[in-house]
Amino acid sequence: MSDSSYAVEARGLVKNFGDNVAVDGVDLTIPRGGIYGVLGPNGAGKTTAIRMLATLLRPDAGEARVLGHDIFTEPKAVRERIALTGQFASLDEDLTGIENLILIGRLLGFTKHHARRRGKDLLSAFGLADAADRQVKKYSGGMRRRLDIAGSLIVTPDMMFLDEPTTGIDPRSRNQVWDIIRTLVAGGTTILLTTQYLEEADQLADRIAVIDHGRVIAEGTPGQLKSQVGAGALKLRLTDPAQREEAAGVLERSLGSAVVREKDAAALTVRLGEEAGASAAMRSLEEIGVAVETFSYGQPSLDEVFLALTGKPAETENDDAAAAPDSEKVAQ
Amino acid sequence: MSQTTTRTDQEGSAEAAKIQRVLLPADQRPAPSGPISGSITFGWRALLKIKHIPMQLFDVTIFPIMMTVMFTFIFGGAMGAVVSGTGETGGPAVSEYVQFFIPGIFVQTLIMITMYTGITLNKDISKGIFDRFRSLPIWRPAQLVGALLGDQVRYGLAGTIILTVGFIVGFRPEGGLLGVLAGFALLLIFSFCLSWVWTMVSLLMPNEEAVMGVSMTIIFPLTFASNIFVPTETMPSWLSGVVEANPVSVLVSAIRELMDGTFDAGNIVAVLIYCAVLVAIFAPISMYIYNRKS
Repeated sequence: MSDSSYAVEARGLVKNFGDNVAVDGVDLTIPRGGIYGVLGPNGAGKTTAIRMLATLLRPDAGEARVLGHDIFTEPKAVRERIALTGQFASLDEDLTGIENLILIGRLLGFTKHHARRRGKDLLSAFGLADAADRQVKKYSGGMRRRLDIAGSLIVTPDMMFLDEPTTGIDPRSRNQVWDIIRTLVAGGTTILLTTQYLEEADQLADRIAVIDHGRVIAEGTPGQLKSQVGAGALKLRLTDPAQREEAAGVLERSLGSAVVREKDAAALTVRLGEEAGASAAMRSLEEIGVAVETFSYGQPSLDEVFLALTGKPAETENDDAAAAPDSEKVAQ
Repeated sequence: MSQTTTRTDQEGSAEAAKIQRVLLPADQRPAPSGPISGSITFGWRALLKIKHIPMQLFDVTIFPIMMTVMFTFIFGGAMGAVVSGTGETGGPAVSEYVQFFIPGIFVQTLIMITMYTGITLNKDISKGIFDRFRSLPIWRPAQLVGALLGDQVRYGLAGTIILTVGFIVGFRPEGGLLGVLAGFALLLIFSFCLSWVWTMVSLLMPNEEAVMGVSMTIIFPLTFASNIFVPTETMPSWLSGVVEANPVSVLVSAIRELMDGTFDAGNIVAVLIYCAVLVAIFAPISMYIYNRKS
């Protein structure tokens, strides 16, 4: 048993794939307990970094300890205390749900009988009891993700790596995954979670590292990061397009930031600082008689975070990454 | 906000409570599986896959029947004359050839089937499940050893089919059941050891086609430049020397002798030495590559 108070201490991790530098000197210090988010676009090096920490991939340079154990010299001690749920389900598609769990249970040292019982308990807790004898290839995306997480909980890990646990699943499954993660943290497990979604990191993580081009470009609590980026944007649509200039003037004075005139002649967008004051601005519009049809607050998108941190938009390899859930709270 | 996302907090906390209840307390965590139980568990996985995808057995059922019947009747009429030394061709020659040839095609077919071990492994290792295996605190070679153990069942099935077809076309081994079983056991041991070559190839090659290409290039000379189809006496002397040193020739001789009841320890020991050398070289190389695979 190690007495290190950190779940992860990594210095200068580097991994090259041929000419491609996937991870280019990553430092991470993750305290025990709680959820640590690693945020970045596709191809930023999140998965490579997590695979090195989970002892699946040997770093080309650098050093790291996970739960006090060196990933180079004590990989087995690390593996005894971690669990990994990858971006692509770590399941055997040809086997049934229960067979997958029995397989992992047996490998972890349970007797056949005990492994089966453990598998059944987990399947019913994860709402998969009815699908126990179905091949995993016939599971939906959300079911696979839940089974994958169940497979990581056959013994309770001290640290769990979740690589984009909610990418490509429906909103209901996403909520379930979030509940599972919160439950695990309450039980004392440290979670390292990668995500492309700012909202997800904001909802779950106690601290966030932002990764781009294989480097950590920002680190802090969600609040600290958002204050660097701004709280987001206020989007308005007026009843009468003719009032737009008048409204823009009021908003600029009231919020102290530039107003973007959208293509839609009745629409306006204003970036908000940390001191939002959006409701005061709305009141001043009302006072001068500008009728607002709809308005919404949006959190900054991943693109906006990257724009603010790097001065250029995130380079995403597919459009899914950019189309992050915007969490707009629309008010009529 | 869409309909599906709306749910009450009670629902969320009820689900959380269910999960909370199934979490295993740290003191109930068993010791991870050791080398033997780990390998057997991976072997069990291979058998489950056969159960779920019976089409996987095509190469170990139809292929052996085809090979045995085809070569017996195409070559038998001509080759029997050479093997028997009487110069007589046709029907009687076929039955002469069968006695010589069945142990040979038994080895040939099983060696060809071992190649599929590499192809299956290459496909398997690229999947997410291997990330899971590699992140578990288990004896790492178990993942490969178990796959090879599971394949023993396939080899066993293929071998049984060949010998049955052989019996139907007239193979009558002098060594009796015991001799046949001893020959079978020796071939299974050799197949297991040879499979480590395909394991290495499957880890080095980017896809199944490449694994197939490399494996074929090794298997063809290994099996054809041997005494499987023809006795070495008929070959030019420079070639017969090479052919006699071929491990496959030694294996075929040992199995012929066992099945014929003319038991010779020399060839069997030679086969076991070849086996030990194959494992000693290719198993560590395979594990080295496997441990460093991304």
